This record gives sequence, structure tokens and C-alpha cells, in this order.
Amino acid sequence: MKTFWLLVRAGFRRHSTYRLALLAGMTTNSVFGFIRASILLAALASAGTAIGGYDAPTTIAFVWWGQALLGTVNLWGFAEVKDRVRTGDIAVDFLRPVNPQMAYLAGDLGRAGINLVGRGLPALLLGALLFDMAWPPSAVSWASGAVSVLLAVVVAFAGNFVINLLAFWLVEIRGITLLWMITGGLLCGLYLPVPWFPDWLRTIANWSPFPSMLQNPIDILAGRVVGVDIVSAVGVQVFWAASLLVLGQVVLRAGRRRLEVQGG
Amino acid sequence: MSIIETRDLVRDFKKTRAVDRMTFSVEPGEAVGYIGANGAGKSTTIKMLTGILKPTSGHVRTCGLDPMRQRVEVARRVGVVFGQRSQLWWDLPLRDSFAILGAIHRMDEPSTRARTDVLVEQLEMGPQLGTAVRSLSLGQRMRAEIAAALLHSPELLVLDEPTIGLDVLSKQRLREFLVAERREQGTTLLLTTHDMGDIERLCDRVLVVDHGRLAFDGTLTGLAGTVGAQRILVIDLAQPTPDLADVPGATLVESESDGLRQRLSFDAEATTVAAVLAHVSSRHEVRDLTIEEPDIEDVVRRIYAASGRG
Repeated sequence: MKTFWLLVRAGFRRHSTYRLALLAGMTTNSVFGFIRASILLAALASAGTAIGGYDAPTTIAFVWWGQALLGTVNLWGFAEVKDRVRTGDIAVDFLRPVNPQMAYLAGDLGRAGINLVGRGLPALLLGALLFDMAWPPSAVSWASGAVSVLLAVVVAFAGNFVINLLAFWLVEIRGITLLWMITGGLLCGLYLPVPWFPDWLRTIANWSPFPSMLQNPIDILAGRVVGVDIVSAVGVQVFWAASLLVLGQVVLRAGRRRLEVQGG
Repeated sequence: MSIIETRDLVRDFKKTRAVDRMTFSVEPGEAVGYIGANGAGKSTTIKMLTGILKPTSGHVRTCGLDPMRQRVEVARRVGVVFGQRSQLWWDLPLRDSFAILGAIHRMDEPSTRARTDVLVEQLEMGPQLGTAVRSLSLGQRMRAEIAAALLHSPELLVLDEPTIGLDVLSKQRLREFLVAERREQGTTLLLTTHDMGDIERLCDRVLVVDHGRLAFDGTLTGLAGTVGAQRILVIDLAQPTPDLADVPGATLVESESDGLRQRLSFDAEATTVAAVLAHVSSRHEVRDLTIEEPDIEDVVRRIYAASGRG
């Protein structure tokens, strides 16, 4: 556990060395937040009423929490593990007395931490200053929202880790990564809230792990999901986090058996 | 108990057999050089010893453990440096890599610090501790890699081409450190290299691998003797001298410039440089001398030729 915590801290520090990237990310998130908020408010105004449980302040919360969590949750995936499989550096990971998946998860939690603090929360504050935004309605919402964000980071990591490991079998996984990004970006509720989807698409989304990466924490933090519903929202996330982590272990084990480290 | 033990170890890659019925064992405290041409199967063997690669068949034990099934336990007791891969955290100060590795090996902070201090002092890396790993020179990074591999005081240190690309001075410092470290800690060493200097200064036993097979197992002098690769003494004389044909234990190879420079080959087990030199200088005035060591590639080539391959 101490090892895990130290690896989290290392991930935090690693990513905090790139301050300019954090600033650039924050700026981009804010600009896009502004645009998205304007568009969704216009959609609400033309509808004349709340859509799918979203009134104006909840919609604003949806947008700005989304922008804040965009860099925190690794929605777009990472290439580090894939690259290490390809170059054979993954061998070094197997020379350590730790489980590689846990080591990378710890590093990703650290990365999420610095991105939340250095990039997400400043964007959120900016949004809150510019718009009338709904805040979590209770201490329970704040606390379960925090847990839900943590789980969202884990689900996104665990899913991407599995995708990365496909590099053991495929020479190039760019196509799969792209497919994951496009599907995930839509189904996680980044562009539009999942409750606004047509029925068929909402059904697909709800059977996928993607809403667990963004929609669920946002719903809790925006106060759209309260009371007992919080339990089921977080429960679904726990299910996906556990399933994808287990799947990752299975694939990692198979990959290790298959490993033919390149370069002699 | 042997620290490394392999019996009929085989590893196939698609159509080629990288390691072919390899059988050898290494006892605690030994320093073994593992040499052979590129693609001879050196790295493949190391990967099977450390649990990275699954053997196709055969038996392998490292520290008495099955590396594939007991990877974590093996990792706790073995330190490995792959010369061309890094185990350090690229964008963090060097100091942080040691702290993280200490935690990974479940060392408490005081002992991590103490061990880091010792290694950093011996490897003269104090000034680099605050530098990001990506900014280190190759020589500095390689010393850091070795310190990282030794942090948890492993019983077995495996170095895969640790001096590749290093300048003479960096190589020298690294070798001196390894000699001292082994003297103090009694660490077993398995080393692959293309550099004869590494073998000569660090190893008391040599394994030569050829096409995945063990072609030689013995001492370095024995190796040179087996293939007739002898050391050459180059003597520069003050005056043109007739051929030095009568030196005991040495044979004249070549005489240049009317005998101003003469090259004598000698068998290190039969005589010494000092004896040859004493014999020559009692009769002629010697201006300068150099010793040419057998070249590792040459030795390997001869071994291969002797075993009917190459």
C-alpha cells in the first residue's frame, strides 16, 4: 500500500513538471467550456423547458464539470504501455516485484490528481464565475461525487490499459485506439448528456463502461442524481472498475506468456 | 545451492531456435562473463533467467526459484541492467527514482536513504541526484542504472552489455566500482559484453554461447589457451636487432624495421611478461613495450570455427 502511494506521488510529480502543458490544457478546457455552455443553453432556450432533468444551472454544471474532468479522467487514452510493449521496455516492468497494472494505475491516479488540481478545478472556477451553475446539493453529494470521480479515473485507466495491452498481439493499435476514443467520447456523455440521447443510443451507452467515466460523477456533482440513485450510479462504476481491472490482469498474464521482447 | 541452474533449456522463436539445450550452473559469489556474437542467444537466456520470457522447454532455476511462476520473488533477489533499456523515471530527478525503487522493493525510508548514499558516493553521482534522468549523459545514466539495480542488495546482479557506448574513462570507473562492490557484498555477477576488458577485469569464468549452444565453459586463460589465442608482447628496441627467436616460452611472430620492433606471442600459463622482458633486456636495450590482448571477437570466432560453425 505504501508502495502504491509512493507511485501515486511519483505520477503526480512527473506530470507536474510540465506546467506549460497544464496551463495550455486549462485554457483549452475553458474556451471549449464557454462554447459548449452557450450551445447547450441555446438548445434549452429553444426547448423552453428542462430536457431530461436538466434545467439551465444543471446544464451549466454538466458542461463545466465535464471540462474539469476531461483532463483528470484519461478519456482519450494513453500510449505509454503500448509503446513499452512495442519497444520491449515492458520487460523492465516485469523485473520489478510489483504488479505492472497496479504500478501504472498508481501513476495514472497521480496524473489525474495534478490534472484535477492544476487544470480542472481552475477551469471549473472560471465557469462558475461566468455562468449561473448548480452546485452539489449536500455534503453527501460532494463526498460521493469525489468517490465517483476517483472511480471514473480507475474505469478509464483500466479500459485503456486493456486496449494498450492489445499491442502484445497487434503490431499497430492506432485504429482500435481511435475507435475507442470516438465511441467513448460520445457514449461517456462528453458532448451531450446521456439522458438526452435517443432511446436506442442511451441503451447502448448504459450497457457500456463509458458513462462510468464521466456521466455518473457529473450527475452526482450537478445534483441531478441524488439519494438512493447515487448508490446505483456509484455501484455501476464499481462494477466496471472491478471488471476491467480483472480483464486487464487476465490479458496481462496472457501477454506475458506471449512476450517476445524485441531487440535481441 | 546454485544461484543459477539451467538444464536442457530451450527457447524457440517462430522458426529459429534461440537457445538450444543450454545446461550450466553458477554458484554464489562467482563472476561469470557470458559472451557470443549478436543473436547467439545471450539476452534470450537472461530473459528466461529473470522470468521475462517463457522457456519452450527445459529446466531453469534462479536463486532456487522458478522465474516464470515466482517472478516477484525472483525480482526481489535479483538486480538487472539491460544496457539499452532504462529502469529509471525519465522526467523525475534521479533521487526520486531511487526513492520509488526503494518503495517498490519494500525497503523502509532510512535504509533506502542509507543504501542510496553509499552507492551514490561510490559511483560519484552526488552532483547528479537533483538532475532529471533525461538530462544525464550516457555514462552518468549507466552508473545510475547499476546503482538502481543494486539498491535492494540483490544476491545476483545481471548486466546485459553495461559498458556499451561508454568512453574509456567511464568504463574504467564502472569496472572499478563493480570490483569493489563484489568484494564487499559478495554479489554474484552474470555479465554479457562485447568488451574483452569487461571480462578480464570482472570475471573469473567465461561462458561462450554459439547459435544458442554452450561452446565453452571455463576460465579466461583457459579460453585463450583452447583456441590458441595468445597474448602478444610488442617490444621496441634501441637498435636494429636480430630476431629474438630464443626467448623461453615465447615465439617470434613478426620483426619490423630491421628488428627495431619485434612481436612475441606467449602463453600466459607457461611464462609471464616479466620473465620474457627480463630475458630480452638482459641481452638488448628495450625502449618501449606494449601488450596486445586477444580480441574477444577473435576468440569467439575461433571457438565457432573450432566447433565447425561460424
